[in-house]
Amino acid sequence: MSENQPIVEMQGITIEFPGVKALDGVNLRLFPGEIHALMGENGAGKSTMIKALTGVYKINGGSISVDSKPQTFTGTADAQNAGIATVYQEVNLCTNLSIGENVMLGHELHGPLGINWKKTHAQAKRHLATLGLQHLDSHASLSSISIAMQQLVAIARAMVIDAKVLILDEPTSSLDANEVEHLFSIMRQVRDSGVAILFVSHFLDQIYEVTDRLTVLRNGTYIAEVMTKETPRDELISMMIGKSAGELSQIGAKKSSRTVESGEQPVASVEGLGKKGSIKPISVDIFKGQVLGLAGLLGSGRTEFGRLLFGADKADEGVYKLHGSDANIDTPASALRGKVAYSTENRRDEGIVGDLTVRENILLALQAIRGMFRPVPKKEADAIVDKYMKELNVRPADPNKLIRNLSGGNQQKVLLARWLATKPELLILDEPTRGIDIGAKAEIQQTVLELAEQGMSVVFISSELEEVVRLSDDIVVLKDRRKIAEILNDGTISPETIVQTIANSDVETTNSGKAA
Amino acid sequence: MTNPTVKRVAEPSAVRSFIQRIMRNQLTWSVVALIALIVLCTIFDRQFLSLSYNPRTGGLSGPMITMLQESARYLMIATGMTLVVSTSGIDLSVGSVMVVAGAISMQLLSTGTNVWLSILVALGLGLVLGAINGALVSLLGLQPFITTLIMMLAGRGLAKVITSGQNTDASTVAGGEPLKWIANGFVLGLPANFIIAVIIVALVGLLARKTAMGMMIESVGINKEASRMAGINPKKILFLVYVVSGLLAAVAGLFATASVMRVDVSKTGQDLEMYAILAVVIGGTSLLGGKFSLLGSALGAIIIAMIRKTIITLGIDSAATPAFFAVVVIIICVMQAPKIRNLSAEFKRKNAIKASQKAAIA
Repeated sequence: MSENQPIVEMQGITIEFPGVKALDGVNLRLFPGEIHALMGENGAGKSTMIKALTGVYKINGGSISVDSKPQTFTGTADAQNAGIATVYQEVNLCTNLSIGENVMLGHELHGPLGINWKKTHAQAKRHLATLGLQHLDSHASLSSISIAMQQLVAIARAMVIDAKVLILDEPTSSLDANEVEHLFSIMRQVRDSGVAILFVSHFLDQIYEVTDRLTVLRNGTYIAEVMTKETPRDELISMMIGKSAGELSQIGAKKSSRTVESGEQPVASVEGLGKKGSIKPISVDIFKGQVLGLAGLLGSGRTEFGRLLFGADKADEGVYKLHGSDANIDTPASALRGKVAYSTENRRDEGIVGDLTVRENILLALQAIRGMFRPVPKKEADAIVDKYMKELNVRPADPNKLIRNLSGGNQQKVLLARWLATKPELLILDEPTRGIDIGAKAEIQQTVLELAEQGMSVVFISSELEEVVRLSDDIVVLKDRRKIAEILNDGTISPETIVQTIANSDVETTNSGKAA
Repeated sequence: MTNPTVKRVAEPSAVRSFIQRIMRNQLTWSVVALIALIVLCTIFDRQFLSLSYNPRTGGLSGPMITMLQESARYLMIATGMTLVVSTSGIDLSVGSVMVVAGAISMQLLSTGTNVWLSILVALGLGLVLGAINGALVSLLGLQPFITTLIMMLAGRGLAKVITSGQNTDASTVAGGEPLKWIANGFVLGLPANFIIAVIIVALVGLLARKTAMGMMIESVGINKEASRMAGINPKKILFLVYVVSGLLAAVAGLFATASVMRVDVSKTGQDLEMYAILAVVIGGTSLLGGKFSLLGSALGAIIIAMIRKTIITLGIDSAATPAFFAVVVIIICVMQAPKIRNLSAEFKRKNAIKASQKAAIA
């Protein structure tokens, strides 16, 4: 991009919270017509920086100027008035309002009798159309469309204020590949109209695909501003984590594939397990120490199947056996008693209990199994909390902090600790590495392999095929809510194999069948 | 000149940080409010704090004692309400459960039933009404507000049915002494009902904090779905809190009617659901659910009783009492608002900076 004047210039930004310096002299320049990535691990200060720019936090030092005019933001309204619009990581829209109402919220068009809804919806439609979303019915309820579409609606909403700067905080974390492409084409379109976009994502591929310039942060300090094209990946990674790329590739080491002995009794076995309107009957055997990957696009039924295995949804057909005997798994409580645990993909709504402490969050499931009136003895509880916080490297290492104050990666580790504390034999992990930084992601992947080596069976669900292929012994491929293949990961499998399988799925391809 | 000032402010001594912690604690402000009300009353009535021993009742007597006697019923309903509110619910029926419990106990007594059996039936009926609330909220998923609002109307109707619309009086019935003692008697000089209430609050507190009940209630109140996914049965928890609330409201109903051994089917327990909610809010439990403080609610309940005593002591016109009540509660809530608490801390900090700057200049 051409070296023009930056539209936003943040210099020497310092933000202090009681006891910690969240940001220490950080610089950020955003140029019109550029997509700028803010890079860094969790806790590097990306979110804090964004909150400084959007007026959520007051800065303790440094300066912010927009359009060469110095600005002091005392609230989000100030930032919006300066032309800065934000789409947050978790969609912050009102699901009970219509699409049009969400787009125009606070900017409704008025007539003599209050809001003119007809005009407002027409205006909303125009805004949606500029982003290629004309097919959406602006009167339909927001909850009737997918999360991905909601995200795009959120961008349309941000553009209503004629933003000069659009901030996208992890917009892709819940989208599948096609949806990401759609989002990127919209981002490029918005960029080409002269808007500066600040993009935060943990997916390096996406960063290289869509961004023009990068600013790297580490531990609240400014590391560098570079052009994306001129920066090799390993260099970027080592800037972010302060370690060499060689150390990182160690983590990618694949586990030695586990082979199933003939006649071996599966830990869990389901036969024709299904639920109408959710997932068609599926049969799967899961063996001790096996990592079973569930691959498929968003909406393929991978999460739905995980939920059935855990009893989070009640199956209406099929047989569920644990260690060869019939198990009645119809609630999470019954699954946990059967030593089956499930870590949800929806960390905020179904995972963390935000206002409880890290300690309480870890103990919750174990306590639920024991029952209300048999509290975990304090000594034992302390030992469990201490053990898992150390093993999983939860930071900050204070068990009495409220979990909602932790970063996404650390919340995920706490949830993992919650399930491990119940000593499960079968652990279902649904998108355990979504929306968390590279360091934490590698730690969680490593943990999965270690657990399997210790004999735990793991069902690993992820939209990142590369991750599924690297960790799994066997891969069940799902498409359109049914199982289309089960592939033995014998070392010849690559993400492309799975993509091919999904693409050619009209033919039933089963290369290893069920149990060997 | 600036350096030493910054240092002095940035490094508060241990004592100062201790004081700050206390200042930030919501309970502190409840205690302050309580003391302020007592001081106010003492200014108006020099005899307010006086206590005398009454050999006939075997207890102390004085304005404070009658205040504690009245607070017993608020302690009961506030405790139940705290647990319900913590699950992000509300129980509007506590006042009506009180009148039902009062009505059945008086009716049974006056028709010659054994006093202990009457008490048991009253408690059992409170438990059943609580269980109906609980079942409707937890199993059918009805809104707590609507469910308990209906129970509030139905309860008062039920009380009238029980007594055939009469304000049943059992004060002259023989054999009612144990119930009379519960409401008017004394233990170690203190009102028996207050002692019983404190013991029950302490028991509920122990149950909540020494078992996992408290954590599970809070967990369900904060994030019901996440709690379910962690293996907790939210329905059981919801059911439980409404049952406890119903049972404690029945105890409150016995306290309220037994003090005069007469139930007033239209007045007993009237508006008390509001008092209970106010006590919970004063105690620092958010109406949005989540973390609860039984100690805070207990203090809140005593403050409610104290406000009522203040109204009498100050001789406020009965027409103006609701307004006075509202003003006092608002003042307490404003005092406790985090913004105001931070404001006073900010003010002190600025003063400290000014003072040290002056010192530096001098």
